Amino acid sequence: MPFDFGKEVDHVARLARLSLEEDEKERMAGQLSDILKTARRIQELDTTGIEPTSHVTERPAVLREDRVRPSLPLDKALRNAPRREKGFVKVPRITVSEQDQK
Amino acid sequence: MKYEVIIGLEIHLELLTASKLFCGCSTAFGREPNTNCCPVCLGLPGSLPVFNRRAIELAVTAALALNSEIRLWSRFDRKNYFYPDLPKAYQVSQYDQPLARGGYLEVDVAVGKRRINLERVHLEEEAGKLVHAGHSIIGSGYSLVDYNRAGIPLLEIVTAPEMHSGREARLFLEDLRTVLLYAGVSDCKMEEGSLRCDANISLRPEGSSILGTKAEVKNMNSFRSVELALDYEVQRQEKVLSGGGSVVQETCHWDEENKQTITLRGKEGSSDYRYFPEPDLLPLVLENTFVEDLGRSLPELPSERRERLREQYGLEKEEAFLLTANRELGDFFEKAAKAYPVYDNLFNWVQGDLLYQLRENDKKVEEIDPNLLAGLLQLLDEGSINRPVAKELLAEMVQSGADPKEMVRERGLERISGRDRLLPLVEQVIAENPEAVENYRQGKNKALAFLVGKVMAATKGRADPAELNRLLKEKI
Amino acid sequence: MRLYEMTAAELSRRLQSREVSSAEVVRSFLERIDEVDPYLRAFITRTPDLALKSAGEIDSRRMRGETLHPLAGVPIAVKDNISTLALRTTCASRILENYIPPFDATVVAALKKAGMPILGKTNLDEFAMGSSTENSAFFPTRNPWDPGRVPGGSSGGSVVAVATGMAPLALGSDTGGSIRQPASLCGVTGLRPTYGRVSRYGLVAFASSLDQIGTVSTTAFDGALLMNLIAGYDPLDSTSLPEEVPDYRAGLEPGLDKLRVGLIRYGRVDGFDPEVTEAVNKAASMLEEHGAKVGEVSLPLTDYGLSAYYLIAPSEASSNLGRYDGVRYGFCADGDSIEAMFSRTRGEGFGAEVKRRIMIGTYALSAGYYDAYYLKAMKVRTLIRRDYEKAFKKFDLLLGAASPTPAFKLGEKTEDPLQMYLSDVCNITDSLAGMPSLAVPGGFHSSGLPLGLQLTARPMQEKLLLKTGRFFEEQRAEYPLRPSLDFLEERGGDYEI
Ligand SMILES: [Mg+2]
Ligand SMILES: [Zn+2]
Repeated sequence: MPFDFGKEVDHVARLARLSLEEDEKERMAGQLSDILKTARRIQELDTTGIEPTSHVTERPAVLREDRVRPSLPLDKALRNAPRREKGFVKVPRITVSEQDQK
Repeated sequence: MKYEVIIGLEIHLELLTASKLFCGCSTAFGREPNTNCCPVCLGLPGSLPVFNRRAIELAVTAALALNSEIRLWSRFDRKNYFYPDLPKAYQVSQYDQPLARGGYLEVDVAVGKRRINLERVHLEEEAGKLVHAGHSIIGSGYSLVDYNRAGIPLLEIVTAPEMHSGREARLFLEDLRTVLLYAGVSDCKMEEGSLRCDANISLRPEGSSILGTKAEVKNMNSFRSVELALDYEVQRQEKVLSGGGSVVQETCHWDEENKQTITLRGKEGSSDYRYFPEPDLLPLVLENTFVEDLGRSLPELPSERRERLREQYGLEKEEAFLLTANRELGDFFEKAAKAYPVYDNLFNWVQGDLLYQLRENDKKVEEIDPNLLAGLLQLLDEGSINRPVAKELLAEMVQSGADPKEMVRERGLERISGRDRLLPLVEQVIAENPEAVENYRQGKNKALAFLVGKVMAATKGRADPAELNRLLKEKI
Repeated sequence: MRLYEMTAAELSRRLQSREVSSAEVVRSFLERIDEVDPYLRAFITRTPDLALKSAGEIDSRRMRGETLHPLAGVPIAVKDNISTLALRTTCASRILENYIPPFDATVVAALKKAGMPILGKTNLDEFAMGSSTENSAFFPTRNPWDPGRVPGGSSGGSVVAVATGMAPLALGSDTGGSIRQPASLCGVTGLRPTYGRVSRYGLVAFASSLDQIGTVSTTAFDGALLMNLIAGYDPLDSTSLPEEVPDYRAGLEPGLDKLRVGLIRYGRVDGFDPEVTEAVNKAASMLEEHGAKVGEVSLPLTDYGLSAYYLIAPSEASSNLGRYDGVRYGFCADGDSIEAMFSRTRGEGFGAEVKRRIMIGTYALSAGYYDAYYLKAMKVRTLIRRDYEKAFKKFDLLLGAASPTPAFKLGEKTEDPLQMYLSDVCNITDSLAGMPSLAVPGGFHSSGLPLGLQLTARPMQEKLLLKTGRFFEEQRAEYPLRPSLDFLEERGGDYEI
């Protein structure tokens, strides 16, 4: 089955919040088509009745006790933040479409 | 055409743990921004989550209180989306294997008791908080982020679409809040955001069985605004439908200031969260005994208590309702009732003067010792004090926590009764008011009241009025 | 023999007997770094002052007669995707170029507690995505056996540092071969432990269900020394395993009696260099000569494993890398809206390979494709685990190649991601199944480049791997292997980088 990733690029890039240059998109479309073509070979395998493996460790989660431990001092917590204001992290205007996906 | 309104609610609830769901940071409210944060809740590269046992216990307790079926094997997933308050760009949540399924709550609605069914109860993590430069998100030039809240354990409760008006939704929420407060899992403060509610609402022609297109309403910050927002939305959708239009699937924001919903529609349409099993957390596997123990330690819930209060104290339905709606008030009543088993009188004082004084003095019922009220009412019943004094003492008791019995003793407030104590007073009044005595002798009954009043004034109202009357008549 | 040519075990012995000080040892490695690294470029960040400072501390503690860890004073290099307190951790990405973690990874805390001076942070493919270290946003690392070739990846920097005596030991990370493939291309020993054996806390996530921190060393015994320090349960990583940690050094003496070895026959895998197959066969005969029982085993799903891996790893990566959004840390582009800022930050901050994988992963998880791609791949993962279960019923150990070819040329595969992916074909199924796996030198290709063997065992059987690795070392005339680095002299100071 021929497979063309080209028409998916814009949608997927938007989902992943990746701005891509036009030539980048074109190159990526070709490469991703090839990669996915290979990846789709797993379709040949019969997996009827097979449970997926999402963790190779076959044991339950461990639980920790509800004890408060010291947090980072503010200057360390925000040290790497590119934009700060009054102890907050500052971000640009939030658009309707960005809010809607919440 | 008449329309049927269909409402389903999605409730988010912050659980009362000391530390966050996946890290040791404090969950305390109101701290300086970004001071309850660590590598884990800031989503710093390389950090990993570890479950807080207490959060799991509280989630299971809540689910049990809501008659939901606990699933011993559940799993956590990542819900991927970008938003500045979401440090990892995914929320750890439960998708297809939630902690609990089903459940219900019996709610007293206009038409009587109704069972509102739940679809699921699951655990997830809270996001941070955005502060905006303007008054709302839209139109602000920039926003500020505080991650103190990020990672607090959050319980999500999803109801079936079974409510039919804003009022029903509100009643359900109020009842739900009471149950969860009883279960002790959350402080359920809508104003502080520890209880939040989103609603899906659609209309369909009466008699139709196909669900109409729904709108999702968000940002309702009080029980009242839930009712108002849903009523507004009913009217809006009704107008659209009866005008021949059709409702568009959309998210809207309740604008508290202007009392209307505002459409929030992104150009990209619906979101795609790309859920997949969280690889950093192994499945949550609960022992049967763990769940059973929590079930056993589940406190009595409001509906059970309501029944018991009516039976045990002979209270009316509304009376029992008042005492269960506020758990602490009910506790107060029951403790006082042990020392003062005149239940109807006790209830009247609790509902009347006590609640009044609590409001006046801005006090909480849990700050008052129920035995003090019981003692006060005993003094009154024994005739040691009279009613006006009892009311004054109650006020002081609420204000300062003083013991009425002590106050009576210290200030000599007990009632003056007995011939020995009253007679000298009566004789003195007769001697000092010959005119009034004469008037009474000539048949003016008013004059007797005047003389009684004089004794009362002299004793600051402590004289026993019946005995006083008798003695005056006798002596004149 | 100079200090930088010694194994960690030998340095440990000399330090403990006070023949040398840690300061001398560290200085020797720092000088070697100054000499070699400008040409090979294994380090992103060098930390000579820090290393000398901790060496001095260890020396004075030893002077005071304190009981110290066997590795105290032995320096180490750390892959730059492992978080180091107050020390830049870049993941070789522009997006984290100036990121300074406020915490140590659990393994780094263990190194510090033991008193191992850290020489610096080593180069890698950006976010560990790659097989050649060419995807570093800063510069490629070169193969010390032939500087025109790649060292493999993604732990290329760690491997080159150890291969050339710039560090006696290094930490790497292995998601789909990122320790074993470069170890084999540079002639060193690299261990990928059982998934969960070493804490991942502080390892910057690429694909969480596959990532493991592991060791790079010149000998299996050195690997055992380092495993003793880093293996074990960590309350900060709830996927770490609670099983007790054995003394990995004990009982490593050769002795292969009754060892059942399965010689892997690869299915339809293209591009295998015949000399690699020959080297593996030779290794099998060596084992047999020394008492092991060797039989053939096929892991029929190897080929599908690659396909499954290239869905699972990017899917997890697409989610793990969402956090680089310009808000809390890292590179931040301008944008007049949050959307524009997010997309530009990520579009400009990530390199091509990272973007490719984010795209594949986002797609594979998106509505309508999840079942056919991600879920299907996770089911194939179950089948692959069954392959192993079956194989381990008959065998204690599986023997194969650690790479289908020796080191390839710089730039040879950069334009063809699929060809690049194929260079991990031998390593990926072990990762998917969570098995421990060791790459150990297996002789030379006719071109003079080293070749690597790969040994895989049941979960928690790292010791058996190290023991067998040690056996192969003993069969060789000389070890550790050291590249001659003639080119440094030949080309003098004007070697083109
Ligand atoms: Mg939710
Ligand atoms: Zn935290």
